[in-house]
Order: sequence, then C-alpha cells, then structure tokens
Amino acid sequence: MSDHILQLENISKFFGSVIALNGVTLRLKKGEVHCLLGDNGAGKSTLIKTLAGVHRPDKGEYLVDGKPVRFNSPREALDIGIATVYQDLALVPMMSVARNFFMGREPMKKLFGIVPVMDHALAAETATTKLGEMGIKVRDADQIIGTMSGGEKQCLAIARAIHFGARVLILDEPTAALGVKQSVNVLKLINKARERGISVIFITHNVNHAYPIGDSFTLLNRGKSLGTYEKSGVSKDEVLDMMAGGAEMQKLMAELDGVTI
Amino acid sequence: MSAALPVQPPGAMLPPASDERVRSVGTLRRFLARPEFGSISGAVLVFVLFGLSAGGSGMFSAEGIVNWATVAGFLGVIAVGAALLMIGGEFDLSIGSMIGFAGMMLAIPALYWGWPLWLACLFAFGLSMALGAFNGYLVVKTGLPSFIVTLAFYFILRGLSLALSTMLTGKTILSVNEGHSLRELAAADPVFAALFSGHVLAGLFDQLAHWGWIAARDDGTALAIGVPKVVMWWVLLTLVGAFTLARTRFGNWVLAVGGDANAAKNTGIPVRRVKITLFVLMAACSTLFAVLQVADAGSAAADRGLQKEFEAIIAAVIGGCLLTGGYGSIIGASLGALIFGVVQIGIGYTSIDNNWYRVFLGGMLLVAVLFNNYIRQRVALGRR
Repeated sequence: MSDHILQLENISKFFGSVIALNGVTLRLKKGEVHCLLGDNGAGKSTLIKTLAGVHRPDKGEYLVDGKPVRFNSPREALDIGIATVYQDLALVPMMSVARNFFMGREPMKKLFGIVPVMDHALAAETATTKLGEMGIKVRDADQIIGTMSGGEKQCLAIARAIHFGARVLILDEPTAALGVKQSVNVLKLINKARERGISVIFITHNVNHAYPIGDSFTLLNRGKSLGTYEKSGVSKDEVLDMMAGGAEMQKLMAELDGVTI
Repeated sequence: MSAALPVQPPGAMLPPASDERVRSVGTLRRFLARPEFGSISGAVLVFVLFGLSAGGSGMFSAEGIVNWATVAGFLGVIAVGAALLMIGGEFDLSIGSMIGFAGMMLAIPALYWGWPLWLACLFAFGLSMALGAFNGYLVVKTGLPSFIVTLAFYFILRGLSLALSTMLTGKTILSVNEGHSLRELAAADPVFAALFSGHVLAGLFDQLAHWGWIAARDDGTALAIGVPKVVMWWVLLTLVGAFTLARTRFGNWVLAVGGDANAAKNTGIPVRRVKITLFVLMAACSTLFAVLQVADAGSAAADRGLQKEFEAIIAAVIGGCLLTGGYGSIIGASLGALIFGVVQIGIGYTSIDNNWYRVFLGGMLLVAVLFNNYIRQRVALGRR
C-alpha cells in the first residue's frame, strides 16, 4: 500500500514529566538515505531507541511495511531486519575481526561429525570477503579489533549489520568521532548500502555529512519535528539554519563579525 | 585517540593496492602477544632454577614429579574454572570456602546419614553448583561487582561448613563414624573409586621400576605408585577448557561477555546465562577439588581450601588472564598452577627456607600482572 518501509506517525514519548518526543512523524522510503538532524537534546536518541525497539511509544503508531508493530525488545526489531548501529558499535576490542563480525551468530560445523565447534576458517573468510565487498580491506581477520581505527570499526559494525540481513539500517552518529577521511569512508559505505536497496536512517548533527548523502531530511528540535524535506526542495544552508535555530544564529554571527559556518 | 587523524604524506590519498599500513609482524612478536607467553616463560624459568638448585635432590625423580604434579593438579582443577570465569569478566572469592563446604556435604551424608558415597557425591556437586548459580544470579541481577557478592559467600560458606558440621556431628574433621571410615566407603564404591581415588598407570610404573628406570621398593613395585587421579582430572579439564574457549560458540560468548558485556548483549548473546553458567562451572571445579581431596586424605574438614581462591586467581593471572576480563588462556592458567606446584614442593628439596615460598609467589604475581598489562598495551593493542 505504501512505498514507505518504516513509518512513525505522530509519535510521543514521555519519561515522567519530561516530553522527550512530541508528535513526531518520520517516514522512511524504501532504498533512501533519510537523515535525521538535530542538536543535542533534540530527542534523536529517544527516536532511535523507539525505532530500534528499546522504547515503546506512548502515543502514535509505528508501522513497518505499512503494518502497525509493537516491539517488545530490540531483538524483535532485528528479526524483521531493522538493525541499529549505536555509537558504542557493539564491538569487543580484544577480539579478532572475524570473531567480532560473527559475535552472537557464530558459524558452526561439526568436528568429527559430532562435536559442534565454531567454523573459524569460514568466519575469517566470510568476514574478509564481505568487508572487501563493501570496500573495507581487512588486513588479517585474526587481527584484534583494538588495533583498528575508529573509521574502520564503524565500517565493520555497519558491514556486519548489512551482512546479517538488515533492510533498514539505523546509524547513530556514525561520523561523530571520526576524522575527515574516515568520515568520507563511512559516507561511501552508506552509499553502498543504498545501492544494495537498503534503507538508511542516518542520525547526525553535521549537515556537511548529511547533505551530500541524504535523499531527505527530517529535523528535530526540542522533541518536535520541524518537518521533512526532500533534497530537491531544500538547500544546505536552509537545513543548517533550521537546525541552528536560524534567527539566533544570524544574530550571533552578526555579533561575532566575520564568522561563518 | 590522537591517532584519529593521521597526517598523510603526499600520495597517500590514493587507495593502496597492497596495504602499506600493515607492518610485517614477526613470529617472535606474535608469540609474545599470546596470553600464554608469561606462564610459559615463567614455567621454563622455574624449571631451570630448580633444575640447577635441586637437580640432584630427587625432585625430578618419579616420586618427586608425582609429588609436585599432585599439588599442581589440585590447584589446576580450580585454576581452570577460575580462568574461564575471569575471562568471562568475573571473580569468585568463595572458591576456598566452597571447597570446605563441599567436602562436608560429601562426608556428612556418607558417614552420618548412611547415604551411599556416590549419592553423597552427587548431593555435594548438586548443592554447590546450585550455590554457584545463586552467586552468579546475584551478580548479574544486581550488577554488583562479583568481588563483593562472592566475598559474602567466602564468609557464609566457611561459617556454614563449621556451624553445620558442629551442629550435625559435633566435629569439624570427619573421617570415621560408627565403624565406617571414608576410606573404606571410597574403596567399596567402584564408581567413586574409579573416578576419584588412587592412581592410574600403576602397572606401567611397576614395569618401569622392574626395568630399573625408576626407583623401586623392596618388593619390586615402583616407589611412585602411579599418576594420581587428580593429575588426570587436571589435564582433562585443561584440555576441555582450552578447547571450549578456542573452538566452541560458548567460548566465543565467554570472550565477548568478558570483553564487553554491553556489546555482547547488543549482538544477542545471552550475557546473564553465560555468566551464571561460568559460576556454576567454577563451583563444580571447587567441588571436584573437595571430592578429590577427601578421597586422597580420607577425611573432610571444615577448614579445607583456605586461601585457595587466591591461589587459583594468581594462577589464572600468571596464565595471562586480564583482571578486566575478555582475555586469557586456560593452558596458561594450568601452567600457572604448575609453577605453584613446582615452587611449593621444590623449595623443600633445596636448602632455601620454606617461608620464601610466599615471597616468591607474591613476586611472581606482581611480575605477571605488570607483564600482562604491558603486553596488552604494547603488543595486542599496538599502543606505545
């Protein structure tokens, strides 16, 4: 019925007296990169956790493929292909690339036909190939994750989610802690995911990262949505203005003569 | 992470054909990065030291070897459990108290309630494993450090062993009651005897003595009777433990849970179940220690197993286990136990005062921790 893979309709979420989300609507089209922009405290985290199945909305509807859903745990969301990559990435630094890639979903084989053991060879090979397909060169699948750079770890976590059948990928500030070049690598990976038909929700407060890759943008401010804009209908500066609370920023920039962002 | 933005030399913007950022890591460095490295070098050091200072004293004769292997075997049985638990990110300070308690729970039903020994044995295992599960449940449920929770059980179980045995039997050391002795009962129970008492390979030892390869008694049998059962258990548990950690799904979960419990949870690993299972396994190892000790000594005592928790943890640390979890080796922990056995018994073969044993152990622990830390920073994570 709809070409939206995932919809939040008029969602509200309260924590005691705090209104974390107030009537937010977010519609994710199939195969698009949808950027969710907002400053600190805008409600991004609550929104992500609602999408991921951690929180249940107090008001409003959550629809997947046009059908209402109510997740009791993140596992249920994951099972229908909604994968969230949080900022902590769910990687264990002292474990190898291959072990991390298959953590919790270990490929098994039978030793001597009876003893169930992890298939380390298959794990290493699959991890190397799959990461390679997404443009990440793995030096050595037995390498410990702790030796990798932040960007590589981010890419690994995203690639892992894609490999395990994500249809919707929710990325929580994937470029926040990264340098310029590493951020570009992550953006490239998001593009690769889109080429594979995966729908992506890209959470960030960096318009410079969001604008080049995004197809549409939803802006959050103080728990409310400022609306969703198609890329064709909005310029980067307009997005930035809305995010930063335009007028205020203009005033500040006037005060700080010569400063632009 | 100051390395987030590496300064790129000109030309480095091109995607590298072969990775110029991979430095070839030598075999030596790889070996240094293994968690077992510390304990292997420690074991070699100890053997060299005692080989030089006590080589001619009979320490390395068959009886001498059986002597220190027995001490190492007892400790090894609990060190394997402690290492697995530690890799899973938790401690158990109640190991020693559990040993005393489990021994009593074996001896009281067998001597005073008329239970067959095998049933008393199952009872001891069942009860202490249930207590281990409770320990684990408290730790995962409350989120308190296992240090505190198991410290409570360190006192509770020691107190219970003393109080219950006094209440039920009027004694705290049990070996005989109404004409039955534990030793007799053990000999009369074929399953118990086969699993826990005596030695294996006695025939081989006698044959070796017959050929004059090892020392013999006057009647021609070997002076060293055979390989004690505890040594067999030690070897068996080490192999099973090492295999489990390296090759099985559960092993991967243990590493993940100890490395980062939150990450493990987010990838769908049942963190709580893994941790509770590890506590249960630890309790089973403690009980095995107790049962083997009862079979060996022919008695149970409420004060058995004193300080064994520390020795087990030290063996695990010498074996490369990080105190923070997520990294370590079962083989390493076993070698840690071996070092203990060799030093504890070996000192008696030299002219060195026995009291230096503890000094040596403390020093060994300190060196091991410093070394592990260094290795983790420098080699495993590649920092400087």
